[in-house]
Amino acid sequence: MSAKESKINREDYRDIWVILENEPAGGLNRYVFGLVSKACELNKKLGQKVVGIAFGSVEDDTAGELCRCGLDEIIILEHSASEEEVELKGKAEDLLNASMLVDAVKKLKPSILLSLATGFGRTLMPLAASELKTGLTADCTGLDIDGDLLVQTRPAFGGNIMAEIICRDSKPQMATVRPGVFKKNYVRSCGVSFSIKKIYRKTLTERLDASLLPEIIERKIKETVTGLMDASVIVSGGRGLGKPEGFKLLKRLADKLGGVVGASRGAVDLGWIDHSHQIGQTGYTVSPELYIACGISGAIQHVAGMKDSKMIIAINEDPQAPIFEIADYGVVGDLYEIIPALIEEL
Amino acid sequence: MNICVCIKQVPDTQKVRIDPEKGTLIRKGVPSIINPYDESALEMAFEIAERAKARVTVLSMGIPSVERVLRYAIALGADRAFLLSSPAFAGSDTLATSYILSQGIKKSGPYDLIIMGKQAIDGDTGQVGPEVSVFLNYPVVTYVDDFFDLEGGSILLHRYVENIEEVIKLKLPGVITVVKAKKRLRLPLLNSLIKSFNTRVHILGPEDIDADVERCGLKGSPTRVRKTFTPEVKRGVTFIEGSIKERAKTLKKILSAYTTG
Ligand SMILES: Cc1cc2nc3c(=O)[nH]c(=O)nc-3n(C[C@H](O)[C@H](O)[C@H](O)COP(=O)(O)OP(=O)(O)OC[C@H]3O[C@@H](n4cnc5c(N)ncnc54)[C@H](O)[C@@H]3O)c2cc1C
Ligand SMILES: Nc1ncnc2c1ncn2[C@@H]1O[C@H](COP(=O)(O)O)[C@@H](O)[C@H]1O
Repeated sequence: MSAKESKINREDYRDIWVILENEPAGGLNRYVFGLVSKACELNKKLGQKVVGIAFGSVEDDTAGELCRCGLDEIIILEHSASEEEVELKGKAEDLLNASMLVDAVKKLKPSILLSLATGFGRTLMPLAASELKTGLTADCTGLDIDGDLLVQTRPAFGGNIMAEIICRDSKPQMATVRPGVFKKNYVRSCGVSFSIKKIYRKTLTERLDASLLPEIIERKIKETVTGLMDASVIVSGGRGLGKPEGFKLLKRLADKLGGVVGASRGAVDLGWIDHSHQIGQTGYTVSPELYIACGISGAIQHVAGMKDSKMIIAINEDPQAPIFEIADYGVVGDLYEIIPALIEEL
Repeated sequence: MNICVCIKQVPDTQKVRIDPEKGTLIRKGVPSIINPYDESALEMAFEIAERAKARVTVLSMGIPSVERVLRYAIALGADRAFLLSSPAFAGSDTLATSYILSQGIKKSGPYDLIIMGKQAIDGDTGQVGPEVSVFLNYPVVTYVDDFFDLEGGSILLHRYVENIEEVIKLKLPGVITVVKAKKRLRLPLLNSLIKSFNTRVHILGPEDIDADVERCGLKGSPTRVRKTFTPEVKRGVTFIEGSIKERAKTLKKILSAYTTG
């Protein structure tokens, strides 16, 4: 099938679908709420429906909260045949999920399909997009509607440039969205009629010969303890700390401010702190009330993850460090002099 | 056993600069490198090959000068190299790229294992691996950082993504995408270096890989870049001056809203 033959009738496609990704340990990934809120905002220009797509069940209070964020409907994709359940036990679910999603899309024709740009979303979505022979934009940091087109903004070339991407002639328009860039926003109180539909998948397709699915032999789920995304104060350290112990100093400052500790990739790569603290293009995107960058140069990839913080204070020896370009307040000097003196004052 | 590694030549994005007036990328003087994740893919392929006595083929889609990168891969120990290069491939988005690569893989194969990088650092999409797997109709395991064992037509893989760590058994043939592995890419050996001068890099166009040109390049790409711009982030900084103590006091005032105690 060529691109020309595959041209579709755009008007047949309606609604925005949002993948309701679960945490590996269970429960909805909390960044989904922000994505649903954004989808509802986009939908104001479209006047269609915002539908959540779940693999497996959705808790009642989660559904209620999604409803308050503006979700109109939930569709649960399930596979039903019992002999398959047995066969599918312990199998990686990406392919199965993608295949159910593709079937549902073909049947119900959503215009837009969004998911978080997590490991889950960044595996599921390309699998579905290539089966559907449609475009997919990865890791978006901005979304807008222009006419009936989804305008997808994303960083490229290591964050040096931003690109606006559209998918004009195929549907659905698919995007993964960086977790945390859109904030949760309640648009209505609950109690509005809210439907949950289930779609069962009766048979596995040939493509999904269960014996060929990757098998999970062992699985460990590490708890994420940093709480970066919810913190209102973040004290971050970079290579300028010079040694791993520097993070202890930052922790003391963070404790004084009721905040948590973040890091640049520079510091993470040196093994001074765990990756779960990393902020930036390949780490978390955060937007706290207060961000204090200590010994961080302000590389564009780091800035990409924290530039939307309400207030930014930078402490750096080098007055030319790019971090000062995006800071509200700057302190030029040795962080090992300034931070202890500050902790003293507080 | 036959392994195919897809490697992409990318500009070193850490050295890319922006023309402040035009807001465009200055590519001049920016070195081209092998996508770092593809280096990990390549190293993993060599290690698997050593254990399983496999043949390693490297495959890339790009401009003719990418031949140099492929030749380097041969110097490192790859057995064969294919470059998919044609004006018809220019402007491909991830869907078209994946289609072209999968045709190249089908034509130069069959392979037991296709190894790709998690993502390419120029586009950072990470889509091509999974998309290729669909076109090949093979299962895929993403975010692999290590392998343990090969047994009875399967490979045992270690996968690490966000807070999940998994050991996965993948029945071959299959596709894996790898994150930065602990092991760095090896250096060329002298005799391989010599071999690399004498090995032909096969250059293939659409007709060589039975690719439908309607599905290649811009024509075959559903997505379009409508506009590019530089991120505007300047805030106008106020520097805090004075002695250490004075600066600490000023900071304290600014932070007064946040202090807990
Ligand atoms: C594809 C890609 C993705 C990336 N993703 C990320 C990401 O998600 N997050 C991220 O952070 N980076 C990321 N990077 C890396 C980024 O480009 C930088 O290399 C990194 O952010 C630098 O870390 P740093 O600021 O800690 O170190 P450096 O750049 O080395 O800066 C250290 C700073 O500390 C200052 N300093 C030194 N000593 C002191 C002192 N005693 N007191 C005060 N200041 C001092 C120095 O003046 C300097 O400015 C990515 C890169 C690439 C290519
Ligand atoms: N033009 C290309 N030639 C060869 N391999 C590619 C090409 N584009 C992408 N890949 C492979 O696909 C992976 C993911 O790329 P991307 O989806 O573009 O981020 C890369 O790490 C490569 O292994």
